[in-house]
Parts: sequence; C-alpha cells; structure tokens
Amino acid sequence: MSVDTETVKRIARLARIRVTEAELAAYQGELNAILGFVEQLNEVDVDGVVPMTSVTPMALRLREDKVTDGGYAERIVANAPLSEDNFFMVPKVVE
Amino acid sequence: MSIVDTRTPNPKSFIPGATGDWEVIIGMEVHAQVLSESKLFSGSPTEFGCPPNANVSFVDAAMPGMLPVINAECVRQAVRTGLGLKARINKRSIFDRKNYFYPDLPQGYQISQYLDPIVGEGVVKLDMADNGEIEIGIERLHLEQDAGKSIHDQHPNMSFVDLNRSGVALMEIVSKPDLRSSEEAKAFISKLRTILRYLGTCDGNMEEGSMRADVNVSVRKPGGAFGTRCEIKNMNSIRFIGQAIEYEARRQIDIIEDGGTIDQETRLYDPKTGETRSMRSKEEAHDYRYFPDPDLLPLEFSDAFVAELAGNLPELPDEKHDRLVRDYGITPYDASVLILEQARADFFEQVAKGRDGKQSANWVINELLGRLGKDDKDIEDTPMSAAQLGTIVDLIGKGDISGKIAKDLFEIVWTEGGDPAEIVETRAMKQVTDTGAIERVVDEIIAANPDKVEQARAKPTLLGWFVGQVMKASGGKVNPQAVNEILKAKLGIE
Repeated sequence: MSVDTETVKRIARLARIRVTEAELAAYQGELNAILGFVEQLNEVDVDGVVPMTSVTPMALRLREDKVTDGGYAERIVANAPLSEDNFFMVPKVVE
Repeated sequence: MSIVDTRTPNPKSFIPGATGDWEVIIGMEVHAQVLSESKLFSGSPTEFGCPPNANVSFVDAAMPGMLPVINAECVRQAVRTGLGLKARINKRSIFDRKNYFYPDLPQGYQISQYLDPIVGEGVVKLDMADNGEIEIGIERLHLEQDAGKSIHDQHPNMSFVDLNRSGVALMEIVSKPDLRSSEEAKAFISKLRTILRYLGTCDGNMEEGSMRADVNVSVRKPGGAFGTRCEIKNMNSIRFIGQAIEYEARRQIDIIEDGGTIDQETRLYDPKTGETRSMRSKEEAHDYRYFPDPDLLPLEFSDAFVAELAGNLPELPDEKHDRLVRDYGITPYDASVLILEQARADFFEQVAKGRDGKQSANWVINELLGRLGKDDKDIEDTPMSAAQLGTIVDLIGKGDISGKIAKDLFEIVWTEGGDPAEIVETRAMKQVTDTGAIERVVDEIIAANPDKVEQARAKPTLLGWFVGQVMKASGGKVNPQAVNEILKAKLGIE
C-alpha cells in the first residue's frame, strides 16, 4: 500500500495542517516509509485473534453521577483569542 | 450491513407516480439525551438553560492533558433503554473517536461507539390504526458525547460558541429501514419517546433538543430493490418529520420518473417552505477515521449488573397496554392512545377503577383529552380530577343523566368545578325516570301530530323523529331508551 500526493493533501486537510506543494513529495516519502514498516505485520497470521484495543488487563473504571466540576466560564474562555459574554468567538461557520 | 426486508408491502401506504405506485423506505437515527446529573465523561452539570460556558469543565473544553472518566449512571441508563427496547445487551463495548472538525467540538473528535456498541438488536411495536400491529427493528444503541452549540445571529462575521452541551451523554438509537410511510415514522418516534419517558432515561422534550432524529428516506417500486437514500438531518418535531418525509419521497419519485438518479446526500428540512434542501457538498464528504479511543478501556459489566437493572424496570408501555385491555376490557386502539403518556394511563385507571372500562375510556379519550387539546393543556394541568370524571361516569351508569346531559355536566364541572352529583341535584339535570311523566309528554306529541303517527306506522325508522321531539320537550332529561320503549308501545310498532 502506498499513498499518492492527492492522498497526502487530503490527510493534511483533514488534520488541518497546511502543507505546501513543495513539501508534498517529502511527506509522501515519509508516509510511505511508515506504511511500509507497518506492512511487515501482514506476515503474521491473525485469523481468529480478537483485535487488541487496550494493553491494560482491566475494564473501564466508572464514576458516580455527581456534579463535581464546571462553574468557571471565565477560566474556560481565558485563553480564547476572542470572547464575549463568556462565549467563544470564531470566524462565522454556517452550513 | 446487509438489509433484510421484514415488511410486506402495504398498498394503503403506496405513493402514486406517473409510472405507477411507489413505496417509501424510512430508517431513523434518534439522538436522545440521557437523563443524568453530570456529563458522560466529566463532572460538570447537564442542566438546560444556563449562562454560556457555565456548565463546562476543562475536560469538556478539551484542554491538554484532560482525561475522560465515564459516568456509571449513563451506562445504567443505556442498559435500561436497551432492556426497554427488548434488545441484546453487550456486556463488553468499546469507545471510539469519530474525527471531524467543527468549532463546537473542541476535542476535534466525538467520543462515540462504532463497531462494538453497548446495545445490539431490539424491537419496537407500533399500533397502526389501519394496519394493525407492526414491528420495527432496532439495529443498535450506542453512547456518545453531544457537541456544543454555535450561535450565528449575534455578530455580522463571527459565530458564538457555547460548550454547555458539549460532553452531555447521548444515546444514538438506530432503527432498521423498516418504516414504510410518514405515518409509521411518526408513530415510531412517538412510541420511542413514550418508552424513554416510561424508563426515565430521556425526557423526550423535542423542542428543547433533548430528542432529535436524522431520517433516512429512499423510494422503490413496491417490493423491489432498495433505492439510494437521502438523510434529512436534525429533525426536532414529529409533525415536521412527517412533512419532510412526504416532501422528500415525492422529490425522489419525480427525479427518477424524469429519468434522473438520486445522489446520496445530507439534506435539511425547512418548515417555512415545507421543502428539503441539500446540505453538504460531495467534495466535503465526511471521513470520520474511527479508531478506539486510547484514553478509554473497554466498558465491561456482569450479568448481575444487567439483571439488577432488569429487575427494577417500571411497567413498560406494551405491558401497560396489554394489562389495560385485559383488566378493563377496552379496545387495543383505545389502550394505545391511553398509554402514550403515563399520566394519561394513570388518570384513566383512577376513573375506571370499579367502573365500566369502556365507558371510562370513552370519556377520558373523547371528552377529557379532546377538551384538553382544545385548551392546549397537558393532562397534568387538567382542571377536572379523576374523581370528578368518575362521578360523571357513575351518574350515567345509574341512569341519573343521559349521555347528552352528561356532556353539559362535563362542561360545567370543567369550567366551574364542584361535585358533579351535587350539580345534577341543584340544577335539576336529573333524567326523568318516572314513566308516567314520560308517557304524558309522549301522549301530547302523538296527539299533536297525527300525520307523523301514520307515517311512523308505515315506516318505523321515523320513530326517531318522535324520540327527538320528546327529548326536546323535556330538555334532554329523559332516558332515550325509555322513550323508545314507550313510543313503540303507544304506536304499536314492533
């Protein structure tokens, strides 16, 4: 499996990372090297093996349903480039 | 997912087109906000209507280094709902990241469940007035986070973002594509809402957005292969869901009959125009890149955990339905109307206890619910108590008042209150049961209308005219049954 420059552009766009035309070839090479390395795993027969989603031999810990947090809107928006009345302000997005 | 068509095409719901009949195929994804004090993965409150970002923790705002910890009650609520949907409960499920970029989703991904949801296949039964009982399959139910809210009308070129809803637990309930008309779709969402409310797992307030539906619509020739579907997003009114489906089915039929093809796309319904319109362009097609969330271990629980929840479930709508039919002898359709809201069914049971079930159901459904609808009131705000309505039913049963007078009495009690039995006494509304008195009125009318007497003897159905005259002369206070008997005797009609 290998990626072409179009795929590199798409991945960059999905990740919201700006990649210039000049950089595409370099990223394509890096991504293909990573994929090539991971592809070695195809040599292993995993028929009937349940995918491992966690390396920790334990189940999820649950917490009780209590309100223990929140109530500090000023701190939430403190680092926002723009805010008003404790709303975040972002460039207009309308669908 | 391979789709199995479990339904038999029903000609009553076909949509006529230029090239013959069409059948609409509908599936729904319902987002139901879980009733809990705090959010799915953080301890901030879920309360509705708070100031902007007041209910937000650093976890909900996705500050670096914050880790999610799951709320046990949200897990219990999802399992309860699964049990209410007669669904398979998965004792092991996985949380995944669904990646997309939007200002009201600070994490850049929604924590959801993809391949291994907490609840698997189930079923919802619907009582359709014209098509009997039908079963709609549930594909799955999974837990996920809600997003925040963007407001676009506060500033000319900026959007305002409030994250209060961000991280609140949602259950996404996915139906199989088993619905075949807008009526069925509306009945499905109503029934689902009723089930969630009985269970206490979601308040079902669609206006407040705590229950929203995405509706998948496609059309086909009856019994043929499934067509390409369009998804109508974010519907929060049962009535609009019906309208949107009607419009969308017609739109697709017109395109196909004009030789076109349907593009699989996401659409929005505009209630002002009654139309759906395309929402996202194809080059922006979403690529969610699901993968297991490394911050969260698999969610696992025991059979005992499920059994305890199952043991404490309330009586569910279908069980209540069957019990009302069995215990009170009412029709299945009346029962399905009464169980729609718990308060309705409770009210009915208070009226019907120790009285005639059918008569009680009739008065609760036709008079009480009708009157509530006219005043735009919920049953919780009824000015008439179950005891008052019960007394009215008693008065009819004893023959003290006729059905017609009972309606007048209902109106008096509704607007003025008071004890119905006392009102009947003080306002002389009691039905005349003294046959001597009725006979005198009958004699007068017979004497005054010899021509009608002749006609009635020739054509006994004209007896109704005499009954009407007697009722009028007595102000409706005589028993029509008794009048009928006496008239027949006097006129010599069998």
